[in-house]
Amino acid sequence: MTRLSNAFAKPHPALVCFLTAGDGDTAANLDALVAGGADVIELGMPFTDPMADGPAIQEANLRSLSKGTTTRDVLLIANEFRDRHPDVPLVLMGYANPMIVRGPEWFAAEAKGAGVDGVICVDIPPEEDPELGPALRAQGIDLIRLATPTTDAARLPAVLDGSSGFLYYVSVAGITGMQQAAVDSIEANVSRIKQSTDIPVAVGFGVRTPEQAAEIAKVSDGVVVGSALVELVGKHGEDAPAKILELTSALAEAVHSARG
Amino acid sequence: MNTQANSFRTQPDERGHFGQYGGRYVAETLMPLILDLEKAYDEAKADPAFHAQFDDLLEHYVGRPSPLYFAERLTEALGGAQIWFKRDELNHTGAHKINNCVGQILLAMRMGKTRIIAETGAGQHGVATATVCARFGLPCTIFMGATDVSRQQPNVFRMKLLGAEVVPVTSGAATLKDAMNEALRHWVAHVHDTFYIIGTAAGPHPYPELVRDFQSVIGKEARAQMLSRTGRLPDLLVAAIGGGSNAIGLFHPFLDDPEVKMLGVEAAGHGLDKEHAASLAGGVPGVLHGNKTYLLQDEDGQITEAHSISAGLDYPGIGPEHAWLKDIGRVDYTSVTDDEALEAFQLLCRTEGIIPALEPSHAIAAVAKKARELPDDAIILANLCGRGDKDIFTVADALGVEM
Repeated sequence: MTRLSNAFAKPHPALVCFLTAGDGDTAANLDALVAGGADVIELGMPFTDPMADGPAIQEANLRSLSKGTTTRDVLLIANEFRDRHPDVPLVLMGYANPMIVRGPEWFAAEAKGAGVDGVICVDIPPEEDPELGPALRAQGIDLIRLATPTTDAARLPAVLDGSSGFLYYVSVAGITGMQQAAVDSIEANVSRIKQSTDIPVAVGFGVRTPEQAAEIAKVSDGVVVGSALVELVGKHGEDAPAKILELTSALAEAVHSARG
Repeated sequence: MNTQANSFRTQPDERGHFGQYGGRYVAETLMPLILDLEKAYDEAKADPAFHAQFDDLLEHYVGRPSPLYFAERLTEALGGAQIWFKRDELNHTGAHKINNCVGQILLAMRMGKTRIIAETGAGQHGVATATVCARFGLPCTIFMGATDVSRQQPNVFRMKLLGAEVVPVTSGAATLKDAMNEALRHWVAHVHDTFYIIGTAAGPHPYPELVRDFQSVIGKEARAQMLSRTGRLPDLLVAAIGGGSNAIGLFHPFLDDPEVKMLGVEAAGHGLDKEHAASLAGGVPGVLHGNKTYLLQDEDGQITEAHSISAGLDYPGIGPEHAWLKDIGRVDYTSVTDDEALEAFQLLCRTEGIIPALEPSHAIAAVAKKARELPDDAIILANLCGRGDKDIFTVADALGVEM
C-alpha cells in the first residue's frame, strides 16, 4: 500500500485539496488543509503560462513567482511537509516545462527525495508520455492523468495505460475554477470510467462549496477543490490559515459523510 | 531524384515530431480535438476539391501569385549579390498571414465548426483572420494582449470593422504569449463548435505542418518564378522569423535543393545580451503552447518576456521545424537588432520605393550584410512578407519624429 492508495482505501470518499506553492505562507496553509481533514494534498508548481487555469490559480502563480519562488523552493516546501506529515499523500501538480527543464530524471529523483507520492502534469498527454512518465515510474512515483468529458471510449484506454495513484476526472471542458458540471453527467462519466479501471477516480474543476462537494462525493472516490482555497490565500494573506481550516473542515465533513 | 531517406521535406513523423521537437503537449480536453484536426487535415490534403478551392481563393481573393522582383537599386546600393524579393506584402491585407488563414478557415468549415478564434500580437494575424471570417460569414473572436491593444489601435479598429470581437487579455504581461494562453483557455471551454486559427507554424501537431503547407505557396511560386526568370535557383534564401511561418513557407520547397543556402533572421531586440526575441540564439529547448521547441526561459523553465521593435517577432518561442532545421544544420540562423532593422527599413524605402513591415526589415538587414560578402553574380532571394503601413507610428517614434 502507498500513501495514496491508503487515502483512497478509507471508508469514505477522499477530499483532495490544492494550493499553489510559494503563495502566501504555504507551510501554514498546507498544515491547515491537513488539520481540516484533507486526505490528499496537491501542491501546485507555479508557472508563468498556466494555460489550463482560470483567474484564481493564474493569480496565485503570479503571486508566487513574483516573490521569486524557484523549483528548489517548491521541492523544499514538499520535503518539509513530508517531515511534518509522514502519512499524508502529497502530489505535485503543474506544467511540463518546469518539470523537464533539467531532465525528467532529475525532477523525478528530486521529487522522490522530497517525499512526493504522485505527479499531475497538465500538458503531457499519453501521446508524449516518454517525456516524463518513464522517469516517474522508475522512481515509484504515481503519474496521475487527467480524463475529461472529451475523453471518449476509444481514447480512455490510452489515458489509463500508465496512470496510477488515482485518475483525475475534469468534470467540465474548461479551465479551473469557473463552472461546475451537472452531477448527472459526472455520475455517468465516472461510472463509464470505472468500468475500465480499478484505480480511484477523483473529480475536480469548479467545485467550490461543501454542498457541491457532497453531491460529487456520492458518485466518485474523491473530490478535488482548488480555486476556492487558492482565493482564500489571495484574499486573506497571513490570515489565510484560519480561513482555509474553516473551509477545509466544512468540505471534509461534507465529503466524508456524503454516503451516509 | 531524392529518396525519402535523404529528404529534408518528410517531417514531421506520424506523432508530429520534427526530430525531438514539435509534438502534442496539450491538456487532455484538447487532445481529442487535436486528433480530429489531424484526421480532417489528412483527408483535406488528399482531396483535390480542397486544393482547388484553396488555389482559387489565393488567386482571386488574395491576389496570388505574388511577384518576384529584382531590387536593382538596392543591389547597386549594397554592391554585391543580386537581391530579389518575393513580394508577399502585396497580398490582400498586406502580409503573408492571409495564406494560412484561407487554408485554415476552409479546414474549419470542412470540420463543421461554426466559430473562429485566434490570437494576435501586432494585429496582422488578427486582421487576416477577421478578413476570412467576414468572407465566409463566421463569427470571430480575437484575443490580443491589453498592452498590444493600446499600442495597435488601427489594427484593433480594422478587426472591428471586419466584424470581429476583440478581447483584450490582461493576464500575465498582456502581450502575444498571454493572448495565446487565453485563446487556448477559451478553446478548452468551447471545443465542440470552435476552430482555433493559429497564426504561425507552431503549436500542437498538426498546426506546424498545416501552417507550413499553406504558407509553402510562397516558396513554390518563388522557385518556379526564379527558374523561369533566371534559369537557375537562388544561392541564398533569407526570411525573418518570429514563429517562423513566412520563413518555413519560403524555405520548405527548396530544402532538397542542396545548392540553395538558407538564412533565418531572428529579432535581437536591444541586443542578444539584453532584451531580445531570438529563441534559437538565446533560448534552450522546452515545452510551451503545445510544442517542444527553443524557448526563452530561465533555469527553472519559467518563460521570459521577449522584446522586439517588431510586435510580429515579439514571441519567446519559435516553430518546431526551425528548431530541427537549426540542429541538423540545413538552415543557418542569425539575428538583427532593432536599430539594424530600422536602418534597413529606411534603406528599402529610399532605394526601392517600398515601405516594408518591421518584420521583413530584419531580413533586409541580414541581406545587406550578406550581399557584400557575395559576388555580383550570386542571387539572394528574400521574403518581403509584409508592408509597413502598420509600423509607421512605431518607426516615427523610434526616429524621434512627432506625427
